[in-house]
Amino acid sequence: MLVVIFIALIWDNLTYNLRQLGIQLGFDFLGVQASFDIGESIIPYDPSNSYSRAIFVGLLNSLRVVAIGLVLATIFGLIFGIAQLSDNWLVRRIAVAYVEIFRNVPLLLQLFFWYFAVFINLPGIENPITLLGSTYLTGQGVFFPWLEIGSGGGIWLVLLLAGIVGAIALWRWRGRVMVERGQVGNQIWYALGSILGAAIVAFILTRSIPFWLSIPQVTQGQIEGGLRLSPEFCALLAGLVIYTSSYIAEIVRAGILAVPKGQWEAARALGLKPNRIMQMVILPQALRVIIPPLTSHYLNLAKNSSLAIAVGFPDVYFVASTTFNQTGRAVEVMLLIMITYLTTSLTISLIMNLYNRTVQIKER
Amino acid sequence: MQIQSSAPPNPPTSPLNWVQKNLFSTWYNSILTIICLTVIIWGLSSFISWALTTAQWRVVGANLRLFFVGRFPPELYWRVWTALGLIIGLAGLCWGYIVRNSPIFSRTILFVLGVIIAAIVLLPLELSARLWILAIAIVAIVGYAVGRKLPTSISPWLTPAWGLVFIVNIWLIGGGLGLTSVPTNVWSGLLLTLLTAICGIVLSFPFGVLLALGRQSPLPIVRILSILYIEVIRGLPLIGILFLAQVMLPLFLPPNFRNLDRVLRAIAGLVLFSAAYLAENIRGGLQAIPRGQYEAAKALGLSSPLVVLLIVLPQALKAVIPAIVGQFIGLFKDTSLLALFGLLELTGISRSILAQPQFLGRYAEVYLFIGLLYWLFCYGMSTASRYLERKLNVNG
Repeated sequence: MLVVIFIALIWDNLTYNLRQLGIQLGFDFLGVQASFDIGESIIPYDPSNSYSRAIFVGLLNSLRVVAIGLVLATIFGLIFGIAQLSDNWLVRRIAVAYVEIFRNVPLLLQLFFWYFAVFINLPGIENPITLLGSTYLTGQGVFFPWLEIGSGGGIWLVLLLAGIVGAIALWRWRGRVMVERGQVGNQIWYALGSILGAAIVAFILTRSIPFWLSIPQVTQGQIEGGLRLSPEFCALLAGLVIYTSSYIAEIVRAGILAVPKGQWEAARALGLKPNRIMQMVILPQALRVIIPPLTSHYLNLAKNSSLAIAVGFPDVYFVASTTFNQTGRAVEVMLLIMITYLTTSLTISLIMNLYNRTVQIKER
Repeated sequence: MQIQSSAPPNPPTSPLNWVQKNLFSTWYNSILTIICLTVIIWGLSSFISWALTTAQWRVVGANLRLFFVGRFPPELYWRVWTALGLIIGLAGLCWGYIVRNSPIFSRTILFVLGVIIAAIVLLPLELSARLWILAIAIVAIVGYAVGRKLPTSISPWLTPAWGLVFIVNIWLIGGGLGLTSVPTNVWSGLLLTLLTAICGIVLSFPFGVLLALGRQSPLPIVRILSILYIEVIRGLPLIGILFLAQVMLPLFLPPNFRNLDRVLRAIAGLVLFSAAYLAENIRGGLQAIPRGQYEAAKALGLSSPLVVLLIVLPQALKAVIPAIVGQFIGLFKDTSLLALFGLLELTGISRSILAQPQFLGRYAEVYLFIGLLYWLFCYGMSTASRYLERKLNVNG
């Protein structure tokens, strides 16, 4: 009863205030020309496009940084989580220091640091920092070699995907054979064989190589070729990955510690090598403890990507906020932001929950 | 002759043994060690050479005042110092109370004393500031000494004492009731960070408890609304909620409240946000209470609200202290987002310091310094909470 009165009251206030300010509700503004530029976009965009297209561009940018961020944060988190349990004193200390430093400093500050103090402070394009001879770090962005798809790219892509799916299936099948029948089976050869087979078929069909490596070249104060990542993107990605991975590292550590010591000893007694023990005995069991909190940190990463606005990377929040500044449609923009993030969060947690089901203990 | 039980004797370890065992036990460990050493030496040496030659730390020294209290009027600094003194004094008292049975001089205390002395001697402060720090250190020591002597019966009064200090401090800083009032737009720096974080957690606490209870309520409407609220808020980024509070909250309020103060709106946003997360933490605690507790309390004839208030909540809250501290640390870090909405808390004030013409481009120094400040607070809180947790468990 109280709740109903409360909602009625704030609804009344809302409509009254909106009328007072002369704002009307409705999503018709989405079709209007946006007339602001967006720094980087995956799909073609120019200021004469509509607001809805602008927001879609922002959404794609967000998804790109979130997807890459999730993968990298998981890899880094796994490495530092395992390193915290290493029997090498120095490795252990470094991993602990990494976690303690980056977990206890606000993400926003880290983003500012990466952006203002690191990425836009790199030397200009005239004298870039060169890594491995082909990757260039400059104040205008990071350039590194990237694949460029050739003429028969479509066929290659399909066949390679099939090869990879086959490789995963073979990998799991060999893994099962190893566990159940105790045969020696080198999973990696089977998996590589599948991919190689697909590549040979694709080559016979197209008679061309699928892509060539486009290596960035410095020519008269310009860098051409390769893939350019803007400093904004790099700063956002670095901040998100490092911050989230420091949390994931702790979860991984706790998960591994939760596996009883006897499992290590039993596996060692069976003559397994340390990395095999980790891969086949410890991690599968640790995953049960790791997955639920990992999911919530994945969600945090997705939500924290909205801090892109601090470094000027045009993600969906940035674009929505510009839209609000231009149109003044607070309620609608807020609803759009809500729907976007809730959908993203739900998708991530759905996928993780499905995955979680596969690692749970199966009991009758 | 007495037989003493003691730990097995440690085999004599030479540094060489230690190195062999911890750094070069296997071939891959040796490789890892060498790689790590190279990275550390290279990183540290380039950092040190940068810190000593290129970096200009003057930007930090010249702006210490701005970092800590921002644009708070200098003639009213005594009020901030007093507030700090109250907190430190009570903290010392509680500390003394908790560690009453351990020896007086532990490593922690010596460390804290060292830090205080270093702060007085080394920091470029005015004489009055040094005297204030000295006075507060004395208050802390007195509090500690008193705390060790207090009888056990004092413990139920410690929590209300913190509440009282909170209210007195808000009064001291904000003014009113006999003191010159300080408008919220000059609250800034670390002071504002601390204020918003503490207000956020304190005010969101009752909402969190209500939401957690609401989520378990037998009334379907209350339950569904609580779940909806918690899930929606947790699905949104904090920046979105602060946007909601800054831009849309005034639209939901009666017309005469529309010009709500910016700091208050920010705190409202933090409260809305933090309540949803706290509710989930508290729900965890509620679920940990066995059914028998409810039934026993019911059998004693307590009414439902009393069962919750007297039996269930105290146990549930105690169970989730670590989660609440974690939430607090998170909120402390999250207050930095207020900088994006034009508030001059620690991160915000650092941006305005960076805009000073003589310190243009000194990003690394300023961000490293306030990073260190944030780090000290967060790391200190997590260490203290881990210590408290162990202590509480030992004492039952």
